[in-house]
Order: sequence, then structure tokens, then C-alpha cells
Amino acid sequence: MHLKFKNKRISGILSILPSKEVNFIDEITNYNFSEKQSVKLGKIMGYGSRRIVHNGTTVSDLCTFGLNYLFDNNLLNKDSFQALILCTQSPDHFIPATSNIIAGNLMLNEDIICLDINQGCAGFEVGLMQAFMMLDTGAINRVVLLNADILSTKVSVKDRNSRPLIGDGASITIIENSIVDETIDLFIKMDGSGALSLQIPAGGFKMPSSAETASLKEDAAGNVRSLDHLVMKGDQVFNFVQTKVPELFNEMLVKLNISKSFFDYFFFHQPNRFMLEKLADKLEISYEKMPNNICEKYGNGSNNTVPLAICDNLGGKVKNENFEVCLGGFGVGLTWSLVKCKLGNLNFCEIINYK
Amino acid sequence: MKELVLNILKDTRPEFDFNSNLNFIDEGYLDSFDLVTIVSDLESKFDIKINGSMIVPENFNSLDSIVNLVQNSKNAS
Repeated sequence: MHLKFKNKRISGILSILPSKEVNFIDEITNYNFSEKQSVKLGKIMGYGSRRIVHNGTTVSDLCTFGLNYLFDNNLLNKDSFQALILCTQSPDHFIPATSNIIAGNLMLNEDIICLDINQGCAGFEVGLMQAFMMLDTGAINRVVLLNADILSTKVSVKDRNSRPLIGDGASITIIENSIVDETIDLFIKMDGSGALSLQIPAGGFKMPSSAETASLKEDAAGNVRSLDHLVMKGDQVFNFVQTKVPELFNEMLVKLNISKSFFDYFFFHQPNRFMLEKLADKLEISYEKMPNNICEKYGNGSNNTVPLAICDNLGGKVKNENFEVCLGGFGVGLTWSLVKCKLGNLNFCEIINYK
Repeated sequence: MKELVLNILKDTRPEFDFNSNLNFIDEGYLDSFDLVTIVSDLESKFDIKINGSMIVPENFNSLDSIVNLVQNSKNAS
């Protein structure tokens, strides 16, 4: 599906990272593999440092902290936006929506629409799509998009395939109407037949958490996890990314009648170094144009990796310059999406630490 | 080439006999993360790039299929 949005812009991005940092090497003895094997895999996959929350810190804590930072530093006026979208798969509760909790924490006025979206690695693009559609109503002129997850709490400490990858964090993106005559093109596809390729089997209404679901079991490869933990069918997810994303990418180039050289940067979701390098090779995009440093530096924060990559790799530069960018998300759902837009003259683009 | 591929497999999972006729994937000899290290080793040993869409279980289920993958990747580069 190809959606076009006119006269919209991203005006600021702030990423919030937990201050607790853990290193793959320090956890290597947790896993049922030889140190030599794990070190070798770690180098290929980009296992490095990860930022994770302390026990008890929630998505609403990270987002409330970040929004208060923006208010306190006069980067965002509390009464200047009419919608608060939160994209997360680690909500504070099933009921109520975490975006409502955040609005309550901040004592926002009642002329606000709070909306939670359950999306993972394509959550930044899906969140942008929702924000653009809200702006198109004419009743809303500024939207705050929150992308936040704390999935480190849902990964087994003995799962070498997932544990060293997962990081926590949040990003706040401001999207607003613009007088500049620009078109944003958003391409998106979903395939529910692959929905269970990435999942947390227990904990919902279908299979409530219990002592039984919390019981740890070793899989054929030697990883230990329970039904309460995140699990993925690695080969299926890898193959999906390497086939479906290039198809959509080529469709985008043809429909927009542009070449790859049109773009200054490709900010794609960063699941791990290996998968993104293989995707860059397949798309014939240089590694310099497709940043791939987030997983190793902070961990894969699910729907937070794209805005965090923009803050980390462009930072203050994007306050004064303009870049043609392609944003890409792919993962749980299965969902995959590409956004062609201009990124520049942001009011802020920075990273802060939570407490 | 077969011997070099066999050495890479043994290095990845020394506990298994890769000379057998069993299906490496179905029998649980190799999982998706083993494929990552094997691909990296093959690329380095044979100076090739393996296309991402070729990294699928059926190309790693036997010694012959891996050798074929290397050969096809050599021809493509």
C-alpha cells in the first residue's frame, strides 16, 4: 500500500535511554555455549553494550521523563499538541492504555487524543502513518509520537540468541503541519500468516502466565527460556527481511521514479549487525549511508531503533541541514514499511539519559 | 572444497558428525544462529558474498547443499 501525505514535517526528536549499561562479555557465562563460540557470534551479530531499565521502571516512566525534559527546556509547549500516540509492546498494564497514564502524569488538558499502538520493529513508521492521518483531519496541528519498549525484561537471561540483542529506551518525535509544499510517501505491508514468528507465547488472555508458563526449558540449540519470554523463529524472520523488504524497496523506487542515489541516508530498523549488512548488500546500499551502530552501542530497542539512530548519527547536524532520508521498519506482525521524507531544520535532535 | 566446508561445520558444532547423511537442520545439528557463523566463515574462507535470500535452511541441510551454495556464490561474484 502506498500512502501520500502532504504538508507534514518532523520537527524534533528526543531519545531517552536508561542509564544502566550491560555488556555482552560480562554475561557470556550465562549461556550454554563455549566462550569461543559466543565471542565469534557476538562479533558477527554486533553484540556489545546494551542499555536496560532497572526493575520497576516502565515505559510511562521513560516517556514522562522525556516529555518533562522537553517542557522544562522550552522545546515543547504542553498545550501545543492535540494527540499523544504511544507505540509499544511493553505497556504498563493491559488496561488502561499507557498513553492515557502518561497524559495523566503530565496533567495534559482534556483536548487530547491518547492512543496506544501495538507494533514492534516497524512501529516508528506505523506511528508516523497514524500521526499523518490525524494531521489530515484538520482538527489537529501537532502530534507527539512516543516509541518505547522495555523488552529486556521479557528475555531469558540464558537465551544467547535474543538476550544480547535487546535494549530498552524511548523516543519522542514531534510531527506537525507545515507550510512547505512537500510530499511524504509511505509504503506499508503486513502479513498476518507470519504473526507468530516473533512472539511472547504466554501472558495474554489466550495463555495467562502461570507457574507452568514460567518454567524454563532448553531448546534444541541450547538456549533456555520459558513461555513468558520473547522467542523468535530466526530463520523465518531473516528470510522475510531479505525477501520482502527488497521487494518493497524496489516498488518504492519504481513508483516514485527515483534511484537509490536520491537518498542521503537510509535509517532502517537495526535488529542486529549481520541482518542489516546483508540487507544493505542486497539493496546495494553502502554501509556509510545505512547506519548500523545502534544494536552494538545501545541494543535493539524494537520500535525505538530508527529515531534513536537519527539522534545518534545526525544529532545537531539535522538542526541546520536538510537530508533526504528513507526510513525502514520490519519485524513483528509481520509488518514492513518504508517512508521517503525530508529530514531537516529540526528544533531538537538529541539523546538524554533517564535519571 | 568439501573438506574445507566440513572443517567449518566441525568448528561450529564439534559435537556432531557432519559426515552423516542426516538432515542437519531437521536433526537439530544447526540452528539459525549457527548459520550466521557458518556464512561468515564461508565468506571469509572462500572470499565470497552469500546473498541474504540464499541463507535459508534448505541450503544448509547437507554437506552437498552447502558446497553448492558456495559454488553458486562464487559464480555469482
